[in-house]
Amino acid sequence: MKLIFERSRPGLSCDLLPPCDVPKAGLFAPLRSAPPRLPELAEVDISRHYTALAGQAHGVNDGFYPLGSCTMKYNPRVNEEAAALPGFAGLHPLQPVETVQGALEVLCTAERLLCEITGMDAMSFQPAAGAHGEFTGLLLIKAYHTSRQDTVRRKILVPDAAHGTNPASATMAGYDVVSVPSDEKGCVDLDALRQAVGADTAGLMLTNPNTVGLFDENILEITRIIHEAGGLCYYDGANLNAVMGIVRPGDMGFDVVHLNLHKTFSTPHGCGGPGSGPVGCRQFLAPFLPGDQAVEQCGSYTLEQSTASIGRVKAFYGNFLVVVRALAYVLALGREGIPEAAQNAVLNANYLMSLLRERYDMAFTEGVMHEFVMTLERTKKETGVSAMDVAKAMLDYGIHPPTMYFPLIVHEALMVEPTETESRATLDEAARILLEILDKAEHDPEALHRAPERTPVGRPDEVGAARSPKLRYAFPVV
Amino acid sequence: MGNYLPNSPGERREMLEHIGLSSMDGLFFHIPEAVRVSALDLPEGLSELAVRQRMEALAAKNQVFRSIFRGAGAYHHYIPAIVKSVTAKEAFLTAYTPYQAEISQGILQSIFEYQTMICELTGMDVSNASVYDGASAAAEAVAMCRDRKRQKVVISGAVHPQVIETVQTYAFGAGVPVEVVPPKDGRTDLDALRGALVPDVCCVLLQQPNFFGLLEEIPAEAVHAAGAKLILSVNPISLGLLATPAGQGADIAVGEGQPLGLPLAFGGPYLGFMACTKALMRKLPGRIVGETTDADGKRAFVLTLQAREQHIRREKASSNICSNQALCALTAAVYLSAMGPGGLREAAEQCAAKAQYAAARLCEIRGVSLAYAPPFFHEFVTRLPAPPDAVLAALEDSGILGGLPVRDGILWCVTEMCTKEQIDEMVGIVREVCEV
Amino acid sequence: MNTPAGLKYSKSHEWVQFLDDSTAFVGITDYAQDALGDLVFINLPEVGDTVVSGEVFTDVESVKAVSDVYCPVTGEVAEINEELLDNPALINEDPYGAWFVKVTGISDTEELLDADAYEAVCAEEEG
Repeated sequence: MKLIFERSRPGLSCDLLPPCDVPKAGLFAPLRSAPPRLPELAEVDISRHYTALAGQAHGVNDGFYPLGSCTMKYNPRVNEEAAALPGFAGLHPLQPVETVQGALEVLCTAERLLCEITGMDAMSFQPAAGAHGEFTGLLLIKAYHTSRQDTVRRKILVPDAAHGTNPASATMAGYDVVSVPSDEKGCVDLDALRQAVGADTAGLMLTNPNTVGLFDENILEITRIIHEAGGLCYYDGANLNAVMGIVRPGDMGFDVVHLNLHKTFSTPHGCGGPGSGPVGCRQFLAPFLPGDQAVEQCGSYTLEQSTASIGRVKAFYGNFLVVVRALAYVLALGREGIPEAAQNAVLNANYLMSLLRERYDMAFTEGVMHEFVMTLERTKKETGVSAMDVAKAMLDYGIHPPTMYFPLIVHEALMVEPTETESRATLDEAARILLEILDKAEHDPEALHRAPERTPVGRPDEVGAARSPKLRYAFPVV
Repeated sequence: MGNYLPNSPGERREMLEHIGLSSMDGLFFHIPEAVRVSALDLPEGLSELAVRQRMEALAAKNQVFRSIFRGAGAYHHYIPAIVKSVTAKEAFLTAYTPYQAEISQGILQSIFEYQTMICELTGMDVSNASVYDGASAAAEAVAMCRDRKRQKVVISGAVHPQVIETVQTYAFGAGVPVEVVPPKDGRTDLDALRGALVPDVCCVLLQQPNFFGLLEEIPAEAVHAAGAKLILSVNPISLGLLATPAGQGADIAVGEGQPLGLPLAFGGPYLGFMACTKALMRKLPGRIVGETTDADGKRAFVLTLQAREQHIRREKASSNICSNQALCALTAAVYLSAMGPGGLREAAEQCAAKAQYAAARLCEIRGVSLAYAPPFFHEFVTRLPAPPDAVLAALEDSGILGGLPVRDGILWCVTEMCTKEQIDEMVGIVREVCEV
Repeated sequence: MNTPAGLKYSKSHEWVQFLDDSTAFVGITDYAQDALGDLVFINLPEVGDTVVSGEVFTDVESVKAVSDVYCPVTGEVAEINEELLDNPALINEDPYGAWFVKVTGISDTEELLDADAYEAVCAEEEG
């Protein structure tokens, strides 16, 4: 497909602005020496270009999207309508507080409801994404220890199966990362944990259910071990969809939590963002939350920044319109709908696994929650067909592949998360396709190495892309 | 009650039976009873209509101003209709990060085009696919410049205060010192800045135009002579007219991309753009799309240089960013395509012209004067003979959002959205308050 | 697998070519480059940096992985192979020509193996 720059024809433009109705300004240095080479197009060219690009994209509505750990659930349309209301979209972030009472009520209401779901006491919506929330939450832990002049706590414990963002966030927060091994069931090895904790432990980051989709039954013991050592417990909310309304991080002993509103609370992923990564915490950490915090006082709302705050992690109040969508979702589901969503997410995962487990090796089968991990190690040894080959073959069937090669503790991993918004018929069809692919692996492995064949392009040369990076269009030399 | 579930109760029962369970509770048998929730203190679920009514009621409690003269990091610009129509396309709205290149060429190509446009605007060699906003972009840029030998960050006090605060928060995490050089007469104090360029400074962060709307002299040579990198935070609309950050000697250009087609939206989602010289390419955080070919030699796009990123480098990654602001980057690309080079320049010229007109009209009022010497782009500070709160309250009563109160008066912003009539009306109200 | 006889090897798959008692080139072995796959980038230390035997001194990147490289000797980096920065494929194509660093003032080394002993280590890893 042509690049938008290749469609450009000099002299074309969209007539967007009226003539200037005040005298032209005196120009001032320094001016740019040449105009930016932006495309020159008529509106119809732009419209068709992006319609063509959208045709080469796979969204949740284009088909099954069981991308493990990403919770690709359906994005309800009324949430989009709510976010588009001029009373939200048209607000300047620095308007006087008395003119944004509804917006502050959105933040306070979302805070109250999400605190109830997580068992936390306060929440900031400033973090723009999950990783941003991790960083913010770790800074709360750091600020807490610092406020107690407890400066020897240099280490954050992270399970070896954790998402890469966990150790990266800990480094950004100035901590040394200690990797805690998993036991044979994929859960935290308690003995290893006891060995790892000490007077230098600042905290532990944990996902529960963990990154292999299992609920760690020792959770109360885990958080107790950390607390007894004087550390704090951080809950990575990446997998909250499995347990929302069933069990709360606060009741498991966690002190800080981040949520991914773009996963659990149904806001769309937008090709990679914007998300929202609110951070909730227990009361003793609330003074450290980033500013500004929306607060209610006698029926009216205002913004406050505590003097102990870690400071802001971005401008203004976070990805506000994402919070609007998430609030609409929580209001729709309510008391009964929240646990029901989790139940059906777990049901769908277990149902799909049950259709596959006879022929696909599962990394773990006991206590599987909202996602399960298949390992293609045996298939690769026997047929040469890898997890990557299976994933690429799925593309030809119009299914988005599962997460590949994660978690790192499982070889040739495919991590499948169906979510609750897929029908039984979709799951049956996906299982049929996956079994058909396995048949192919046994009879015609070559075909799978060639896959995909019915997509706009075949497997791209990633080595070439990384060795000689071409990261922008090279305009023809005139 | 909305639940968005596509399986009937009967189907769910059958699925449970299939896996050998009699109830949903069986799915959670291994969760210790001690941590199970008995009942959530949440309201009952609502129908779609009730949700819609509730959200409309909340939105109605806000005041949407018909004239906006406030900027300070969030700018009211015209959003072409085509922008909203493209970004509402379901495939763009609901896709995840384009990990699977073969079915994501449309997304990858759109990011590649966005990267090219940001490079064109800034004059830089390489752009990433976006970060959260302009403030976090500045903080990420600072992190790119730190190394074992150089840790200290110098920031002009004429940078947006929320950007400064964000950089300070990130620096608290990294445990590195930040020196804010207080501004002088609304601009970076160049003498003080030169004095701050000690040997362990890794970078200097300046803003062009600065927080007060003023154009700055950029001391790139002095920064480079001290062995530090220069980070320039820029307004993308101004780049329709003003010299590129590269042309002004920047090593890294960052900025708030919200003016490029994103609504004010009470502060987000916005768009952090980041671009740098080729030398810094592998330090640039976040997703980057590159061009390559498939086995048949067909042009293809992929996420590339991934070994920089957290999912591979883990605790050694220089940034933890994963989700970004992709849809906002797409918005900016559509906006820039619709505006074209001529439209962007026109928007920039109209901003400058209208700001100059508004400033001149305001300064006709007795006791009103510019707090700082021009030139400015589309924001400026006036001193006032009346309390700023009284001026702003009078404007608010007429549905006009006035400028932002700052230490030396009011920081006004005028964009192409303000007609001459609106400006005259605003000036009239300010005059009434000031000349009583 | 190519394992030239004239070189010394570490168990962590680096090779050492001594020019004299205290000066040597260091790179990664054919076995290592094959296991790592197509390399796309290498981070090298700076001239003048101190490297320590048994400690990480650089890393190499493939498309989907980054791998630490350990230094088998203790000394000071006298030269780096800048050609590798532009063309990391050389490491795959000619691992024993593609030296990473030249180290001088070598004061210590880890236990280094000759070619036969090193091949035995590799065979063991292959299982």
